[in-house]
Amino acid sequence: MNVSYRWLKEYTPVDAPDKTVAHELNMTGTEIKGFRRMDEGIRNVVVCKILSIEQHPDADKLVVCMVDAGEEEPLQIVTGAKNMKVGDLVPLAKHKSTLADGTKIERGKLRGVVSNGMFCGVEELGLTVNDYPDAVSDGLLILKEGVVGRNICEQLGLDDTVFEADIMTNRPDCLSMIGVAREAAGTFRLPLTVKEPAVKGEGEDAEKYLKVTIEDKDLCPRYSARIVTDVKIAPSPMWMVERLRACGIRAINNIVDITNYVMMEYGQPMHAFDYTCLDGGHITVRRAKDGEIMKTLDDQDRALDSDMLVIADDVKPVAVAGVMGGANSEITESTATVVFESANFFGASVRRTAKKLGMRTESSARFEKNLDARMTVAALNRACELVEELGAGKVSPNVIDVDFSNKELRKIPLEADWIRRYVNVNATDEMIKELLERVGFAVDLSDGTVTVPSFRADVENKYDISEEVARFYGYDNIPSLFFSADIKSGGLTEEQKFEKNLRIALRSVGFSEIETYSFVSPKGLDKILLDENDERRNYLKIKNPLGEDTSVMRTTALPSMLEVLATNYNNRIPAAHLYEVATVYRKNAEEGKLPEEPKIVTVGAYGDGIDFYELKGRLSEVLDVMGIGNASYLPCKTNPSYHPGRTAQIKVGDTVLGVFGQLHPATVKNFELSGEVYAAELSLKDLIACACGTKGYKPLPKFPAVTRDLALVCDEGVLSGDIEAKIRAVAGEILEDVKAFDVYRSAALGEGKKSIAYSLILRDAQKTLTDGDIDPVVNNLLTALEADGITLRK
Amino acid sequence: MKEQLYAVKERAREALDQATTSEELEAVRVRFSGKKGELTALLSQMGKLSPEERPVIGQIANEVRTFIDAEIRAKKATLEQAELNRRLEKEALDVTLPGKERVIGKQHPLNMVLDEIKDAFISMGFSIASGPEVEYDYYNFEALNIPQDHPARDTQDTFYFSPEMLLRTQTSSVQVRVMEQTQPPIRVISPGRVFRIDEVDATHSPIFHQIEGLVVDKGITMAHLKGSLDLICKKLFGPETKTRIRPDFFPFTEPSAEISISCFKCGGEGCKFCKNEGWIEIGGAGMVNPKVLSHCGIDPEVYSGFAFGMGLERLVMGRYGVDDIRMFYDNDVRFLNMF
Repeated sequence: MNVSYRWLKEYTPVDAPDKTVAHELNMTGTEIKGFRRMDEGIRNVVVCKILSIEQHPDADKLVVCMVDAGEEEPLQIVTGAKNMKVGDLVPLAKHKSTLADGTKIERGKLRGVVSNGMFCGVEELGLTVNDYPDAVSDGLLILKEGVVGRNICEQLGLDDTVFEADIMTNRPDCLSMIGVAREAAGTFRLPLTVKEPAVKGEGEDAEKYLKVTIEDKDLCPRYSARIVTDVKIAPSPMWMVERLRACGIRAINNIVDITNYVMMEYGQPMHAFDYTCLDGGHITVRRAKDGEIMKTLDDQDRALDSDMLVIADDVKPVAVAGVMGGANSEITESTATVVFESANFFGASVRRTAKKLGMRTESSARFEKNLDARMTVAALNRACELVEELGAGKVSPNVIDVDFSNKELRKIPLEADWIRRYVNVNATDEMIKELLERVGFAVDLSDGTVTVPSFRADVENKYDISEEVARFYGYDNIPSLFFSADIKSGGLTEEQKFEKNLRIALRSVGFSEIETYSFVSPKGLDKILLDENDERRNYLKIKNPLGEDTSVMRTTALPSMLEVLATNYNNRIPAAHLYEVATVYRKNAEEGKLPEEPKIVTVGAYGDGIDFYELKGRLSEVLDVMGIGNASYLPCKTNPSYHPGRTAQIKVGDTVLGVFGQLHPATVKNFELSGEVYAAELSLKDLIACACGTKGYKPLPKFPAVTRDLALVCDEGVLSGDIEAKIRAVAGEILEDVKAFDVYRSAALGEGKKSIAYSLILRDAQKTLTDGDIDPVVNNLLTALEADGITLRK
Repeated sequence: MKEQLYAVKERAREALDQATTSEELEAVRVRFSGKKGELTALLSQMGKLSPEERPVIGQIANEVRTFIDAEIRAKKATLEQAELNRRLEKEALDVTLPGKERVIGKQHPLNMVLDEIKDAFISMGFSIASGPEVEYDYYNFEALNIPQDHPARDTQDTFYFSPEMLLRTQTSSVQVRVMEQTQPPIRVISPGRVFRIDEVDATHSPIFHQIEGLVVDKGITMAHLKGSLDLICKKLFGPETKTRIRPDFFPFTEPSAEISISCFKCGGEGCKFCKNEGWIEIGGAGMVNPKVLSHCGIDPEVYSGFAFGMGLERLVMGRYGVDDIRMFYDNDVRFLNMF
């Protein structure tokens, strides 16, 4: 809401620099986002009167004028403008003046004739034709009134500052000049003066013209109206045009301008109907009928339904209640009788209607926040007072006021001691009373109650009162203390620590951390080649997504990871090794229940020598560091996203931790990547569950270890992991460790055979081992392996 | 014989002076003190001396042997040192050539700052709470005193799955869950993702992170809110940081406040970054609305509390001068490597 400083001063005598006003209002809760002097840049421009107009001797398109600019001698001005005549008052930028855009004007010669300045149109004064209804865009601004020699900014009311206030949603009372003035009065501790409107009421009995029926009093608690007869539609006076301009509202005609003016002044939206367009002289506030259509003032046909409240005559709707009037009863040049409406509507209903119709108006933006029903008549009377003042018509002596609103004012116990404690203000009861009463509360110290004004529906309890006191006491003046609560817990949980350390471990082995969107395109699931009945296709769909690409909650982070790899690949980054601890969303089988949100550690990598064993080595190291020592790695041929021969499942006992390996070439291609791309997906929850703490102290061995290497020959299909397991099982405790260190194939071994070399580390805790101790163990081992067709290489 | 001994000593000294390698030195040793060396040969003639001369000459002979042996050892040490030095010189590397690459992955800048924030709060006895991102309307709005048709809902355009289920628009939802499950005293922060309908551009993202804080106990007042924010901001932005609060409106706090800190670029002088205001808005705060406490089964007459929330992305952008919020979710490796 735009607030004119000059207009504000009419209600409270604030007298501080613009910057101070903005700052102080900010600090009490009226956010001022900016402010601007309306005459910014304009200097030495005055009102002048044209005394004569002569043709320029050497130029067809120029004229030479003599003007009275309030100086001893008339001034000579050369201009190309055409829309003026002798006797007109126009703005004159004199010698050594500046215009709104910073242009400097000096005395000069035009085609040999001296010009002592330049006449101005609206643009030169930083205005538009919207600000002056009868101004033209390509000529001079012909002033309707003015004092010769007077500073133009004073003359046009530009010697003003407009503050741009951002009003909080709980304060519809501040969407008005009076409301902001009240806040200013509280802020600067000044009195607030709002005159009670006085209407003469010399027109005709309103009852004779109009009857009002409210069908839905929940949605319309009050409807007040007054009739104006003998209406003379005319332009509004300059002072009103100027004030509306400061608020950013374009003047139209006196009746419409009055409704807007009162809305800005009181915060009460009003509407004016052309009485002759109301069939039956009867207004009914009712729900629209489904399928009813009305053309609104903006010339759009609106389809109404029974959730919407309308103002109707006996035949048709004439306004969408609280949102916009109908074109069918619009004020026109020929309007002779006007119905002024000042009503109160239920906020939620107006909000829903405006949203449904896709039209948020100055009116609906106020009503939707629930306005004060007490305000209707005062605003109505103010409008009628203005009608009389402007000579725009004769006002009915009486008001039609159908009122179902609650008149009772809320009373809250003051609890001053509690307030002093809760918001830490060092204020006496009297100070608290003063702070509150400046902004409209009534405080009775004898019975310790606060009466809340009707326009402050947001104030319901002592907490709200405490905020009012704190605001005007000043948040800056509240001391700072640190709390000392008796808390024994605090810090990370075991799960949080695990996750933190896991992330560190992943980085230590060379993966960088990424963050990707939680919502994704469902197409990603096709791109990673998921089967039709894969459970990851059972995703949650967003009803109102930004677009298809962000329309479903991810059930896997693999597509996002691949997109990131692809982006980097396309940016010609030679390698990317990445991980994300990604939350995925598993739809709950039970309708309406929240999904599960497990975290999946998702790794993706290409380039820089990454291959299956590099990835496996890094993951094993991570698992080891995280205390998951006994993981086994099994071939996994069935995951559709991955290479069937280069993918493994990681298991601990019966728990599958996840999968890793080279991605299927088709997957890689779908993301417009190429070459070998690797990935891993591990369940964080299962990692945590399997971290059984294998770490711990064991005494260092006292006796040396003996190493024996065995080169074994087996069929190509035999898994090294199985041989290793067998060796461990047969060798028993004496075997400290076994590791495959070479795989060898040759013609001599034969087709379909391979040789794997193992290094066995043997140790006895009690003594130094001799060949005599070891040979039987190894022989035993070889015999057992031979039974499986695995022989020692000759 | 005495003269002969001194002559041997003199020859040995000369020979040693001339030896420049270990081999030459060894030859000197053999020549003088070896089994067949000059000194040994000379001493074999000791028997010919008179008993009076023997002790005198013996003493001189010892003196000469000790001298020669000591000189050889010293010379040996010198030569070895010189040879080692020569070898080391040969082994010299070009230390300006690059080292072997050992990559340590980078932490995402959002998480880097978030970890710092968590640490700061943990040091003050806070725990970290989390809650679902797909949330019931109840926890995101209703229980936070934002009923249906409340105008505050307009400012948080929400992604819905159904009328009851949505993507949380604020981490304040976790407040409610924590208070439902825990009796005071409560001291938690709940960082996490939040979601709002916003077209993506340099300053807007439909996904961003918030850090919510909640303290509930007996006797918590507005001064505690101020003091805590002050302390937290000093920890996060440096000890010179000043914190300012001014009235604001949130349905779930009363009184409510907007939090600003003195600009960390200019220290409050006013610069381009803070739009010449000297202050940067970092979030919202307030005393927990008694209605919210009641909703969660906490008696507002016994307990009170404060809550605050701030956006992570804006903090990180401010700190590192990141000028486009999309960088955080594009994950360009070159960007990640900057941190």
